[in-house]
Amino acid sequence: MSSPDQAAHLKYLLRLADTSLILGHRLSEWSGRAPTLEEDIALSNIGLDLIGQARPLYAHAARLEGQGRSEDDLAFLRDPEEYLNLQIVERPNKDFAVTMARQLAYSTFAELAWSALKASRDPEIAGVAAKAEKECTYHVRHSAEWVIRLGDGTAESHARMQAGLDDVWMYTGEMFEVDDIDRAMIAAGIGFDASALKPRWTEAMREVIAEATLKMPGDGWMSTGGRRGVHTEHLGHLLAQMQVLPRAHPGAAW
Amino acid sequence: MYTQALSTERPAPASAVEDPALLARFQARIDAEERIEPMDWMPKAYRQTLIRQISQHAHSEIIGMQPEGNWLTRAPSLKRKLQLLAKIQDEGGHGLYLYSAAETLGVSREELVGQLLSGKAKYSSIFNYPTLSWADIGAIGWLVDGAAIMNQIPLCRCSYGPYARAMILICKEESFHQRQGYEIMMTLAKGTPKQKAMAQDALNRWWWPSVMMFGPSDKDSVHSDQAMRWKIKRFTNDALRQKFVDATVPQAHYLGLTIPDPDLTYDEASKHWITGPIDWDEFWRVVKGEGPCNKQRLETRRKVHDDGAWVREAAEAFAAKRRKAKRAAAA
Ligand SMILES: [Fe+2]
Ligand SMILES: [Fe+2]
Repeated sequence: MSSPDQAAHLKYLLRLADTSLILGHRLSEWSGRAPTLEEDIALSNIGLDLIGQARPLYAHAARLEGQGRSEDDLAFLRDPEEYLNLQIVERPNKDFAVTMARQLAYSTFAELAWSALKASRDPEIAGVAAKAEKECTYHVRHSAEWVIRLGDGTAESHARMQAGLDDVWMYTGEMFEVDDIDRAMIAAGIGFDASALKPRWTEAMREVIAEATLKMPGDGWMSTGGRRGVHTEHLGHLLAQMQVLPRAHPGAAW
Repeated sequence: MYTQALSTERPAPASAVEDPALLARFQARIDAEERIEPMDWMPKAYRQTLIRQISQHAHSEIIGMQPEGNWLTRAPSLKRKLQLLAKIQDEGGHGLYLYSAAETLGVSREELVGQLLSGKAKYSSIFNYPTLSWADIGAIGWLVDGAAIMNQIPLCRCSYGPYARAMILICKEESFHQRQGYEIMMTLAKGTPKQKAMAQDALNRWWWPSVMMFGPSDKDSVHSDQAMRWKIKRFTNDALRQKFVDATVPQAHYLGLTIPDPDLTYDEASKHWITGPIDWDEFWRVVKGEGPCNKQRLETRRKVHDDGAWVREAAEAFAAKRRKAKRAAAA
């Protein structure tokens, strides 16, 4: 792995894989803790979809890198500053409204992104994209239904849902950024242009938020850097827990 | 599993409170291996026994999500992470399915959950033990799901139709869990010295509680006779326990692990593995609330219930608003 395009390709795969894995991990934190049994099962389903998206991408990245690292080495032995996920997915679950706001914002974006990536010239990405797009359609529907229910439910749920949207909003800008790596991947026919998705995302969010009788948060300052390895305080804690066994037992198989 | 006969009050005999003709016809149907369905006539004690047993089973599935959930965010590979998340999700599904089966007997899920949260209802004591290492996840799948299968396979032929059908689906998934758990143990047993020690330690801690999962010895079990006649139970606690021990001891040997029972012997004549004495004092102590995690498990469940209250209220309020809007539109 030497050409600059291959380096970009590897980072690109890790951005996709890390984002899916970290959100899947966050959703797994709801297991056994959701407001209803049905929702417990639904959140695990979404988590399973997301971790399932990440796994073939890590395997592909490991092969592309050609350094003898495995999918698990990539997931369990990289430090926070080597993780390239969007910041929005590492945000803590807080309450159910915050979790649903995060899910709606991310899944609405991800559905559009995977749809575009179905045309990727990287057949592994295209393969994951075809499956992931369908999964995200369900994730969007599920989270949209909750945002509407909570927004238009009781006074308390309305306030919490608005707070959830306000909480997540400053992490949505990063989703639409395009940097040198993206440009190289777009040029190679591997990647997609995230900036082009913003109007459709905004429209979709506006529709759900209106039906939920909530207010669309304003686009103020946007936090960014996840895809370059600059994270919020939360990712370090998440990885410390997630990676504890492989790091405590170097070389062990599980 | 999870169906250890825990109640200590002896119910009034059915013959004392029911119409003898109806009772005789009911027993004849059972003897003919017919399935009893929700709308059919059934003795009150039959209904009560099933409600207690099915709801205890459902509660056990739900509480059982906690000890395994303790390792979910620390599962050591992507494969294990997916497996464990899916397994715990299955257990939640079992709980849901069993609550529905109990509801066919005329109780509501809310009522049953209320009994769990108040501490009135029991669940399997095995889940009052802590998961201290990753190997415990393997041991639970292998031993606890393994014991559950032994207990539940006969229940696939339980006389009550909805319970029997639930068991068929659940048993398939439990046996999948059992194989997965054994595979985790195998990986650890063949792993580094530390991993092997971890596996042995988990077996040491989970063996006896698993053996006790089948409930008190037949001579101390209150409900067995009537439950057998009604085909809610097909084998005695001790018979099921023996089946489990016979199946599991060779599996432990294959792993190169030692069963923590110095008195364990193989009886050539009967072809059975005979265990040393079981510490029933420990069993009853944990059943009655004094196990390592009884308080923690209930506290967690109550907190989850309380934390989710505003969400459930919102969902109800929303549904009511939509119904009202629909009626207004129709008018
Ligand atoms: Fe189960
Ligand atoms: Fe299970």
